[in-house]
Amino acid sequence: MNQMMTTTVVMGGLAPQPTMSHDEALVEAHRCLMCWDAPCTRACPTTIDVPGFIKRIANDDLLGSARTILESNILGASCARVCPTEVLCAGACVLNDLHERPIDIGRLQAYATDDVVFGDIELSVESVQSGASVGVVGAGPAGLSCGAELAKLGHAVVLYDARRQPGGLNTYGVANYKMDMATSLREVEFVQGLGVEIRTSTAVGTDVSVGQLSADHDALFLGVGLGSVPPLGLPGEDLGGVGDALDFIADVRAGKVDLVGERVAVIGGGNTAIDAVSQASRLGAERVYLVYRRDRDEMKAYPHDIERALSSGVEFIHWSAPIRIEGEGSVSALVCERTEYSSDGDLVSVPDSEYRIPVTMVLRATGQEKRVGFLDQFDGVETDHGGRVVVDDAFRTGNPGIWAGGDCVNGGKEVVNAVAHGKAAAMSIDAALRAAAGK
Amino acid sequence: MADLSVNICGIESPNPFWLASAPPTNTGDQIARAFEAGWGGAVWKTLGVAVENVYSRYSSVDINGQRMMGLNNIELITDRSLEDNLVEIQEVKKRYPDHVVVVSLMVDSNPDAWDVIIKQVEQAGADAIELNFGCPHGMSERGMGAAVGQVPEYTCDITGWAKASATVPVFVKLTPNITDITVAARAAKNGGADAVSLINTINSITGVDLDSFVPRPVVGDMSSHGGYCGPAVKPIALNMVAAIAADPFTEDLPISGIGGIGLWQDVAEYILLGSTTIQVATAVMHYGFRIVEDMHEGLSNYLDSKGMASVNELRGLSVNKVTDWQSLDINYIIKAEIDQDKCINCGLCYIACFDGAHQAISAERSADGKTKVAIIEDLCVGCNLCSLVCPVQGCIEMVERDHGQTHMTWNEYVSDDKPAELYPRPKHGITIGQA
Repeated sequence: MNQMMTTTVVMGGLAPQPTMSHDEALVEAHRCLMCWDAPCTRACPTTIDVPGFIKRIANDDLLGSARTILESNILGASCARVCPTEVLCAGACVLNDLHERPIDIGRLQAYATDDVVFGDIELSVESVQSGASVGVVGAGPAGLSCGAELAKLGHAVVLYDARRQPGGLNTYGVANYKMDMATSLREVEFVQGLGVEIRTSTAVGTDVSVGQLSADHDALFLGVGLGSVPPLGLPGEDLGGVGDALDFIADVRAGKVDLVGERVAVIGGGNTAIDAVSQASRLGAERVYLVYRRDRDEMKAYPHDIERALSSGVEFIHWSAPIRIEGEGSVSALVCERTEYSSDGDLVSVPDSEYRIPVTMVLRATGQEKRVGFLDQFDGVETDHGGRVVVDDAFRTGNPGIWAGGDCVNGGKEVVNAVAHGKAAAMSIDAALRAAAGK
Repeated sequence: MADLSVNICGIESPNPFWLASAPPTNTGDQIARAFEAGWGGAVWKTLGVAVENVYSRYSSVDINGQRMMGLNNIELITDRSLEDNLVEIQEVKKRYPDHVVVVSLMVDSNPDAWDVIIKQVEQAGADAIELNFGCPHGMSERGMGAAVGQVPEYTCDITGWAKASATVPVFVKLTPNITDITVAARAAKNGGADAVSLINTINSITGVDLDSFVPRPVVGDMSSHGGYCGPAVKPIALNMVAAIAADPFTEDLPISGIGGIGLWQDVAEYILLGSTTIQVATAVMHYGFRIVEDMHEGLSNYLDSKGMASVNELRGLSVNKVTDWQSLDINYIIKAEIDQDKCINCGLCYIACFDGAHQAISAERSADGKTKVAIIEDLCVGCNLCSLVCPVQGCIEMVERDHGQTHMTWNEYVSDDKPAELYPRPKHGITIGQA
């Protein structure tokens, strides 16, 4: 019976999931067993007290529920929408073992937080001003999380972001059917309401120097994320219609994309590739292909997202690698060759296996590049062989005045991981600032 | 198909399923539809002195999202005219001669008033009358209903008046708002009652509107206590039914059981504890008359599964299985056992036992990150709590331990010649902070 009520059918390309009605939330909340040492909480990178916030929904204490969530995860409203709950909290729900549908934790979390984050209900935060100031580079999830926690602790916080809008990937890089741009921006406003100042269109290194940051602030946090998806070096990659899948998603979110009649190929097997193909298919592209070198079970994308793409009509082409792009002025075909594993386990191309896929767009979703060059500006901040910023357990870099977190540290994970980093770094920064002030 | 027909103090009923005197039996049309749906009998909503009802009448208690686990009402007896009701009683009996129509009555406490109305309803064709000595609100303030039922002498006297006037059987409906139901039942029997119906509703306030501070149901800016019924009251009613059925003085007094019945299992329980018929109101007020279909089929299938040809074989089988605590076997040892293959690692048994009972379950994270629980056999007192909170059917079972201990009651244990040693009890609470 409950199943009928809460199954979400995502229609169209732009509609995020509907929020729950009061009755729907109550029924769902009452399904929660209120586990002891709950596995959902343990599965959450920000360790939200999931049974605690669900119990408060059941008890009609929405403010208490929101507070429970936001104390652990200040971006609880966006995580409710973009988290892969199927592999985190809901994936750990004990009801799975009872062969029942797990609790719809994501939508309950959205229900609990929306009135506080987007509505009129105030989340009162009491803090004593410390007199210290922290500069945060990057106003994405890691930076917002770190900044919000520091503001709650009484520090002055300024976030710097090169883009025109704050929010990072929450604003520019999430598939629209998970969360739209306006929702991300409203959540940023909520964070600003906690006392966080945000300077957008302000690129560190050009609009403001690192020296200036160091002079203005007592500590710095780097939540700079990753760069663009670099070219693959294929012949024809400069043709019109060839681009970066993340730019494509940003354009979709800005309402700048018309895919009617288009035939789209997305190269890659990760979450960005899946978001791009699902989005393209829902926006009315004539044909949508996902081109991946290996088999489906080796894709880094989540199984539930792969299922969603398949159900959206995306055609998966496995064991294929692009070798060139053809066209005159703009793309007319993606030329691939077959791949296979050699006897010693290497992925190799199959001789004489070349074939053409007629397409009008080719999108790269083959991994964002690390921002090693940008990070070089910060003395003492080191990166590992994979280009990730090296930090200690408290997210402090080699420079004792600089902390870092999010994608630039973990190489690219979920929003909730970035939030967890930002929060942990904030605790460490707070301790360091108080120690320095002799308090 | 087992035979579901019953006979209660001489009245044949096609089945034990009756509607209680309540809003579902307010009109002849409702009762006719109920009989068409399968109800065997109905107790007509109480006729008697003139009343007017307030508008806002019911309020309820919802539990964990389940509506109306308890229902509270401040509706009085019928506010329709006696003449209309008598016409309808006659019409219903004419159309449904094989169904039972009992008419509930409540008038001022004088013999003439009872005599007049009893003659009227008998003439209309009532198969029996039920004396409403239980209504806990409104009517009791006027010296009727529970005001009678709460004083055994009044119950006895007025039952006697009714018996003097009536030619049909007289049921007395008992109020639970007393300390010992057997006193009320004995008084009814002493007055000549042919049967008792119980329980009537329990005095209640279901809750308070947290904005206006007015309890529910809100009548303008005030409320009043009402009568509580529905699934929440069944355990209270079953205990009272069992007490009357077990009392040697009233054990042969037929019982029409009432309180929280909605399923065939409820019906079976009431019959096992001594009821001949049962009466339903709240469940019909929730789901309509159609619920009798499931009760009919369920009870019939159950009787078939037990090899019983008639529902009468079931009656009273549990009465002698209720005894005083001091007659229980204190050497009956059971322990909880957890089926690890079924366990879903929710940890509820652990926390319930650790905080709420006897600290006899351990919990630790296993290598796969799951919470593994285990019974600490030596500390388990077999209280059942873990098996009650466990959400997985059949995962925690209470299993008897035969250590060669001999049956022994408390009475025997404290007697001079106790038959056995007390089986050793676990020791709890030796230290603080080290459990």
